[in-house]
Amino acid sequence: MLAPGFADPVHDAQGTFRAVMDALARPGLPRRLEAGLEPPAPLTPELAAIALALTDADTPVWLDAGLAAAPEVAAYLRFHTGAPLTDDPARAAFALIRDPARCPPFVRFAPGTPAYPDTSTTLVLALDTITAGEGLRLTGPGIDGTTRIALAPLPERFVGQLAENRAGFPLGIDLILTAPGRVAGLPRSTAVTES
Amino acid sequence: MSATAMIEPSRSEAGYNFAYLDEGTKRMIRRAILKAIAVPGYQVPFASREMPMPYGWGTGGVQVTAAVLGRADVLKVIDQGADDTTNAVSIRRFFARTSGVATTTRTTEATIIQTRHRIPETPLREGQVLVYQVPIPEPLRFLEPRETETRQLHALREYGAMHVKLYEDISRHGHIATTYAYPVEVAGRYVMDPSPTPKFDNPKMDDCPALQLFGAGRERRIYAVPPYTSVRSLDFEDHPFRVQQFDQPCALCGAEGVYLDEMLLDDAGRRMFVCSDTDHCEGRRADGHVGTGDAV
Repeated sequence: MLAPGFADPVHDAQGTFRAVMDALARPGLPRRLEAGLEPPAPLTPELAAIALALTDADTPVWLDAGLAAAPEVAAYLRFHTGAPLTDDPARAAFALIRDPARCPPFVRFAPGTPAYPDTSTTLVLALDTITAGEGLRLTGPGIDGTTRIALAPLPERFVGQLAENRAGFPLGIDLILTAPGRVAGLPRSTAVTES
Repeated sequence: MSATAMIEPSRSEAGYNFAYLDEGTKRMIRRAILKAIAVPGYQVPFASREMPMPYGWGTGGVQVTAAVLGRADVLKVIDQGADDTTNAVSIRRFFARTSGVATTTRTTEATIIQTRHRIPETPLREGQVLVYQVPIPEPLRFLEPRETETRQLHALREYGAMHVKLYEDISRHGHIATTYAYPVEVAGRYVMDPSPTPKFDNPKMDDCPALQLFGAGRERRIYAVPPYTSVRSLDFEDHPFRVQQFDQPCALCGAEGVYLDEMLLDDAGRRMFVCSDTDHCEGRRADGHVGTGDAV
């Protein structure tokens, strides 16, 4: 049987959005994300909550290999969001990535265009841990001076890829990072360096 | 329904979705807000809806507020700094009726502040969201009427025309005569219209702990300044940016260094200069500050 979506669609979607908004507005400062969902594996409750809150028929969604291999995941997302699934990362408005270590290179996703940099892909990654106050060093809009955040696991050459992404500003992808019960944001405006 | 009942929390109008907008519209606006935060100062197009109020009454700000608002929020709405003018009262009642959220006039108690053309005098704090109502979001619009061209100018970061405009102010008036909607550069990249706030408020936008969101309903644009982001008013080395100065304090509360409104008192033209921010003025008077009460 299909797993249910939000118990309270209006307020659960608002709460999820607000956590994501706050996370992107303050990069490196993780927020609580109580999804209350039990989606089919390997989709995590946090990935599912963000998909249900933000995607619909207007937003092509790309699934990574692990998620795409599970037909229940596609059925769950199609039923609850109506979002079309795409095989082409460059056409995706959102990409759901269950296995960050095997995330395709960021350049394969849409960076937007110079006149419309908002037509880029937002990557939503399921990590195991997000720890504030240690690890990578972040500066940029939304950050009072500098802040630090430790993330695991990470895509290959993460900091190097982010530096290339930042160099293309205002083009580029934005990252929404999730871990059990938490969400953090790394918008394209953030400069990330190894500590 | 009486006026008192309307501002009570959790007494929302039956038949409307929470905060009036349907969920699909909220999702679309929410996605635009996330992009706006990721690219500070860039104008994200969005599918602005018809609202039950005319364009020019804050339909952009209302849509942004509706998309952000949650049950736990406390909403404040100001119009030119005042909580008690028509635009502020009607928008505050609109959300009280359609969402049932608590409303306030106190800047310190609010989690979301929707504003028309002012930034509160009380410094904003982390976690607050300031939502601006914007009539013309494009700072270059009066220099270049074509949207296709202004998009290119932003893409190329070609803001020479704006500096020429400010220079022409100097050559004509001896100083930069732009006093409101004074253009700013956000995070060292995009030039942005701060909405028709007096330039007096521009310094408050810089490195502000609160999130600033801008909604233009008729022009269908949303943009944002994240917290702790540099907002620099455009100027020249030999003509640095300066804010308005007032040569007298508020006549009611005696505050200095705040933005004052000129109030006409009678047909003889007697005037009084008082705080534009009514909450700030009331708070000071409650604390025992008194102005001269003098008309000029």
